Amino acid sequence: MTVTALPDTEPPRRGWYKRNEIAVTPWLFLAPAILFFAVYVIIPIFQSFSISLYDWDGLGQAEYIGLGNYAELMNDRAFEVSLWNNLKWLVCYLLAIPAGLFIALFLNQTVTGIRIYKSLFFFPFVLSQVVVGLVFAWFYLPNEGLLSNMLALVGLGPVNVLGDPKLATYGIILAGLWPQTAYCMILYLTGLNAVDPEQVEAARLDGAKGWRMLWYVIVPQLKPATFIAFVVTIIGALRSFDLISIMTNGGPFGQTRVLSFYMFEKALSEYGFRMGYGAAIAVVLFLIMLCFIAYFLWSMYREEKGH
Amino acid sequence: MFPRPIQQASASAQTAYKTMLPIALILWLLPLIAVAIFSIKPATDFTQGNYWGVPGSFELFNNYGQVFFNSDMPRYMLNSVLITVPTVIGAVALSAMAGFALGVYNFRSNIWVFFMFVAGNFVPFQILMVPVRDLTLDLGLYNTKTGLVLFHIAFQTGFCTLFMRNFIRALPFPLIEAARVEGVAEWRIFWFVVLPLMKPALAALAVLIFTFIWNDYFWAIVLTQGPDAQPVTAGITSFNAQYRAAYHLMSAGSIVAALPPVLMFFLMQKHFIAGLTLGAVK
Repeated sequence: MTVTALPDTEPPRRGWYKRNEIAVTPWLFLAPAILFFAVYVIIPIFQSFSISLYDWDGLGQAEYIGLGNYAELMNDRAFEVSLWNNLKWLVCYLLAIPAGLFIALFLNQTVTGIRIYKSLFFFPFVLSQVVVGLVFAWFYLPNEGLLSNMLALVGLGPVNVLGDPKLATYGIILAGLWPQTAYCMILYLTGLNAVDPEQVEAARLDGAKGWRMLWYVIVPQLKPATFIAFVVTIIGALRSFDLISIMTNGGPFGQTRVLSFYMFEKALSEYGFRMGYGAAIAVVLFLIMLCFIAYFLWSMYREEKGH
Repeated sequence: MFPRPIQQASASAQTAYKTMLPIALILWLLPLIAVAIFSIKPATDFTQGNYWGVPGSFELFNNYGQVFFNSDMPRYMLNSVLITVPTVIGAVALSAMAGFALGVYNFRSNIWVFFMFVAGNFVPFQILMVPVRDLTLDLGLYNTKTGLVLFHIAFQTGFCTLFMRNFIRALPFPLIEAARVEGVAEWRIFWFVVLPLMKPALAALAVLIFTFIWNDYFWAIVLTQGPDAQPVTAGITSFNAQYRAAYHLMSAGSIVAALPPVLMFFLMQKHFIAGLTLGAVK
């Protein structure tokens, strides 16, 4: 009775939660996200590592074979081809960054209708990779495709881009570069918007212009945009799967496989359910990605400390 | 401003720029324009080899009518909506809470929890594929929309939490402290102080996640099969198998499949770009 009558003068014994509110609240707020993330992302990573040590068809009894799957990878020609193709993807995909910067510089003007131009240049990024793949597959068709028909106008024979083992991977990468360049462009357009006009004017007075201005004054100020463009492009290159699956399904003669696609093929497609072998390929891909993830996190960490 | 405004250039340079703009745009969108043209052509054009000539007749309504009324396309579209919308709600809700926790409180393991979300967001899908598929099978959710939604919510929470946390860090912190001094409970601070300020971030994330999930293909083919649960990205391949070499129908189908995120982008452009370019400027 007295407690309820005099709540202000005699503070009641507060509950455990009230006393620890600041310490406990963040964990209550984090709990659902951490639970979901742990079950579907963090734990599966470790499970994949363990599955890669087994010979398993996904249904029957799994047989422990140690590093057997990895030993088999060493002599697998298809694995080697996939690895090389991943490297091609990584290197060529980075072209999206200068290409995006170039288009952003081209569009960074204030003429009438420029906003619509910017949106339409960006628009390929919104399409799903499946649609991009289909669109480019039809574009490359040897007879019906627009590419061959345009080449015919200048007297060049039809090319079957996706049927040629040497060209096919580059054909797919080009399709991937289309939306990726659009993304880099929008990053740089935002970055260019925030370039300090006073520095530009000062550099102009000092006689800087053209390429030198771009390289020494503008590009350093675009560093945050370049970092994000670099991160998303690397991740995008290593994640390439949809385009390959849609455009060539790994062919011709398996020459367009990359690790992500080869893993899927081994583990889940008609070539047999080799879950353990697939998991081993995934682990290799993961370890490659881990180098980049570590670098990104390190950069972010330095940034955080800098604040 | 860099490059130098075109208005300061000579009249001829300005004209050249203005003519180059549409030409560059047409070249840029050429593969897409080709598909749009295919989608309004009659079937006879393709059998007669008239791929790039003037269309024999204008078949827009026929071709798109076929897609809408004579195929599984509407079912796939509905599946996509039923997968995408719950994912958006779930991922945004979870990450708003997680972002609040990581953005406002300075507990010791804060940065490591944050980095866990960031790193998880970058991992290749393939390392998750076998265990997630098994888990979904064990839960009896294989080939259901729920199975896909649960995974998507979990995975997107990584990116969303990164986004939310950085957004909340940029909010004026004295506001939260003032509320604390007033004795406002922590969850009320989240609901009444922070959440209203996060509206732009919520909108930006919602449109981004909508697009990402609508466009997902890999998980659709790993966790579902057949028209009962498959979204439109996976459905389009069966659609194309059904209409093999009928380029006019396949083109119309792809355009229909791509339309919702495109509409989303053009309607919510400001939020979309704001979301994608967060962090591109210091």
